[in-house]
Order: sequence, then C-alpha cells, then structure tokens
Amino acid sequence: MLLEMFQTLPQVLIDGLTLGAVYAVVALGYTMVYGILQLINFAHGEIFMTGAFIGTALFIMIMGWGSAIPQILLLIIVLVITASITGFIGVGMERIAYRPLRNAPRLIPLITAIGISFVLQDVIRFIAELTSGNYIVTGPSLFSENINLKTSAISSVFNDASFKTSFLIVLTVAILLMITLDFFVNRTKWGTAMRAVALDRETAALMSINVNKVISITFFIGSALGGATGVLFALQYGTIDPYIGFILGLKAFIAAVLGGIGNIRGAMLGGIMLGVMEMFAAANLSLLTGGIFGAEYKDVFAFAILILVLIFKPEGLLGKPTAEKV
Amino acid sequence: MMPMLEVKNIETYYGAVQALRGISFDVNEGEIVTLIGSNGAGKSTTLKSISGLAKVKTGSIFYKDKEISNRPPHETTLLGIAHVPEGRRIFGNLTVKENLLMGAFSVKGKQVIEERMEFVFGHFPRLKERLSQKGGTMSGGEQQMLAIGRALMMNPDVLMLDEPSMGLAPIIVEQIFEIILQLNKMGITILLVEQNAYQALSIAHRGYVIQNGSIVLSGKGTELIENDEIKEAYLA
Ligand SMILES: Nc1ncnc2c1ncn2[C@@H]1O[C@H](COP(=O)(O)OP(=O)(O)O)[C@@H](O)[C@H]1O
Ligand SMILES: [Mg+2]
Repeated sequence: MLLEMFQTLPQVLIDGLTLGAVYAVVALGYTMVYGILQLINFAHGEIFMTGAFIGTALFIMIMGWGSAIPQILLLIIVLVITASITGFIGVGMERIAYRPLRNAPRLIPLITAIGISFVLQDVIRFIAELTSGNYIVTGPSLFSENINLKTSAISSVFNDASFKTSFLIVLTVAILLMITLDFFVNRTKWGTAMRAVALDRETAALMSINVNKVISITFFIGSALGGATGVLFALQYGTIDPYIGFILGLKAFIAAVLGGIGNIRGAMLGGIMLGVMEMFAAANLSLLTGGIFGAEYKDVFAFAILILVLIFKPEGLLGKPTAEKV
Repeated sequence: MMPMLEVKNIETYYGAVQALRGISFDVNEGEIVTLIGSNGAGKSTTLKSISGLAKVKTGSIFYKDKEISNRPPHETTLLGIAHVPEGRRIFGNLTVKENLLMGAFSVKGKQVIEERMEFVFGHFPRLKERLSQKGGTMSGGEQQMLAIGRALMMNPDVLMLDEPSMGLAPIIVEQIFEIILQLNKMGITILLVEQNAYQALSIAHRGYVIQNGSIVLSGKGTELIENDEIKEAYLA
C-alpha cells in the first residue's frame, strides 16, 4: 500500500501544489481584509469568479483579433487587465457596501457580503447569457501541451508524472504573485502602513496615515489577486460558471483560517497544505480505506485535517494566540 | 498675540455619553501647558478632540488662527500637531525602526528622514541599539521613548502627550520629564496630560484642572502647586 502511495506521489505533489497555489492566492484576499477590518468578505469568492469570466472574455476577444500574439504575452495582458478591473470592483464594493457599515455590529457587514455575492453571481450570469446564450462558458484552450516528468528516473518507487503546461503557468504566476505581495507588505512604506493600520487603526491615523486609503489599497490588492487567480483557474480548467466562486471561496477561506486568519504567510501555507491534502486524498482515499471511501470524499478528508489542526491550534498554524494580525 | 492653539467651549460625546461639557483653554507658542484631573475627567478626550480622533459636537478649535475642529487625524498631524496617545500604543509587531518610519509616513526625502532619526537617537540613544527589535517586546519606559520618538519624526510644532509617566518607575519618569523640558527649550510647544499632577505642574508654565468634563481651575504651574484644593485632591 505504501508503495502505491509513493508511486502516485509526484503527480499528487504537482496537482496539489497547483491547486494549493490557487487556494493560497485567493486566501490572501480573505486574510488581508480580515486583518485590517476584522471582516470576513464572503464576496471575495465571487471576485475570483468575476475574474475568471473577465479573463475568459478577454482571451476570446483578443484571440478573435488575430492569433499572432504569443501565448505568454496574451496571458500577461489578460492578467493585468483583469486584475485591474477586479481590483476596482473590490474598491467600489468596500466604498459602497462596507464603509458605511464600518461601525455597525459585525454580523451586518457579513450579511452584506453574502448579499454582494448573490449580486455578482446574478450580474455575471446575466451578462454571460446575454452575450453567449449560456451561463456556462468555455474559453479557448491555451498552454495545453502535455509535459511528462520522468520522476521514475529519480527513484524507481515513483511513477512518471504528467501535466499540461498550464499547470506550470498557474503555479509560476501564483508563486510570483505571493512573493511580490510578501515583499510589498514587509518591505515597502505602504505595506508597513497596512500592517500598522491592521494593528491599531487610531494610532496609524495619528501617524498621518490616511486609513481609508490604506483600506482601499488593501481591497484593491486582495481583489486584484483574486481576479488574477480566476484567470488562472479558467486557463487550467477551461469551463467556468457563475457559481465556481462559492466552493473555491469557501476552501480558500478555510485555508486562511488554517494558516491563521489575518496572517499573510499563514494564508499561503494554509492554501498550499489544503491543496496538497486534497489531492493526496483524491489519489489515496480508496486505497487507505480499502475501497470504502472513494476520491469523491477528498473534501471530507481535507476538512477533517482542518478540524484536527483547529482543535489543537485554534489560532491557526501561523496565528499567534494574542490578537496578532497581518 | 493670538494663542497657537485655542480650544473654545467644546462638547464631545461617545454615543450618548457626554465626556466634555464645554472645555475652553489655550496654549501659546513655546509654552508647556498641562491638563490635570482624576481618572475619567476628560483629559484624553480633550486631546482626541484636538487631533480628530473624537468628534466635537459643539464648540471650536483653532490652530494658528485656522479652525481645525473635526478634521480627520491624518490631516491635523500634517498641520504640525503630534499626539502621543495614552498607553503609548506602539505597533507591537513592527520593529522599532518601522515604528519610527511610520511616524515619518508623510515626510518626503530619505535624507530628511535620516536626519530626524538621528535627532530622535540624540534624545533616546537606547532606541538606536534596538532598531530591529519588535516594539512590543520592549520595556514600558522604552516604549514610551519610542512613542515620543515616533511623534518627533513628524517634526511637530505642538506635541500632545497623554500620561507619559503612566506605569513607569520614578527614575524613568524623571528622564521622560527631563526630555520634555529639553524638547520645549528647542521650541516645541507642549500640551501635557497627567494624573501625576505634582511633576506635571512643576515643569509647566500653566495648568488647567479638569473635573467631570469641565475646567474647574487654571493658573500658573507654580501657583497651582500651592493651591490648597489641588493639594488636597491631586497632590495628596
Ligand atoms: N471610547 C469610549 N466610549 C465611551 N465612553 C468613553 C470612551 N472613552 C472615554 N469615555 C468616557 O468619557 C469620559 C472621559 O474619559 P477620558 O477622556 O478617557 O478621561 P481621562 O483621560 O481624564 O481619564 C469618561 O467618563 C469615560 O468613561
Ligand atoms: Mg486618559
């Protein structure tokens, strides 16, 4: 049994890391907003979904003009445009829906967030049906060459692993986004201001920091990252619908909690872990349980581990027991 | 000459709770003025009303002849009013250096920031040794020094200090008050809130006594120290 688990390990790691990187970047959006406002922005999953649709529309549009553009350049253009648009949607959402409720009881903005989720789902569905006649949309196939990794050459216990180029693209872009964000938060003036606002909003204001501006920037970055990840998701899976944000958003939120909500590196760690655990479960559950549970129980397995972690470390893996944030 | 800072009959509320019931006082350029009073009297609220952390319902606040009531705090600080809040409020997870840099958030130019930092180290050499330490891991006295140093990074004209001696050993309090005097001699106007009335009055040019959200007494620092009512209520 152990041998079989080892055999699939290279493939599990590749698939798990890719999925985990997607969770991680989306989890950043939850954790940043929570860190600064103690608000669980449930609409963040829908920002991701909106990004997937905008990205797909852009792919179709730009490729319709002529296929002369190299794929990589096309991807960069689409990522930048989509991230900017979803970034501004996030800023607008905070400005219109959350800021007026800044001093309201916590439950109220939470319910508002759920409301915004429905609005975004319906708006996207409406636009998709209007333009393509169907709310399930399939984008062009990009980066679809297969790569074979001869992992059996490392050690004979491993099987070879194979994946589409798009996996590599998703993983690379997601990691680049995380490194850039980490640098921004820890090494720049505005990033430091963001941490200061998360720690103590009043005192930050006494440092001449415009707190509302910092909050807007936080929403912009979180939503831009979410939208960009939506593009990556669309790239990898091809077919999208207005409801993909719900379950993925939920999992990304759980990744944020797993890592310690409010903690940026925690969200990255939590996302990667959740992705790898999920893929591990998908590959091995039936093996481990003698066929009682199949791959479709992978979420149960991942959530069981989450619950275990939270029982022993309720503040999350990298969260501090004190009210440490960001 | 017009006072540098003039507070006229302000009333400030927290929700339905009235904290200030018509407070008026002024601070002249170059002075040390102290507000004393017991816990809950409204001293902190007065400073918050000036810096903009608390909303003033009626009355007005003038700074250098400009009305500044209810401006957001990030704007009043830009005008040259620094507010060192009660309890120091260091950013605990940020390093000492990052805390100081936050004080200089609106300051343009690396050179200027470097110079200000050297100025701060001149008064608080201990901070220089601790630059990469997390603010929250320092002792109370060091945190108070950092809080004042952070405010000095703005190069303020008026420095408002809310109970800088709170919870500190007498020898550290001595040092802090000595530094406040030095800063004042360099031209910084000081508005000092204290429960430690004796020490505050002994360095202040003038003082005001706040009780229940109103000013009940005022006078020169040396006079107030001699006042029998004050002796009984605050210097016992
Ligand atoms: N955030 C707040 N919410 C409600 N009431 C407050 C708040 N802060 C202070 N108060 C009330 O306002 C009054 C003045 O408080 P404060 O200005 O902090 O007094 P002091 O600084 O002189 O101890 C007190 O009665 C206090 O209970
Ligand atoms: Mg107070």
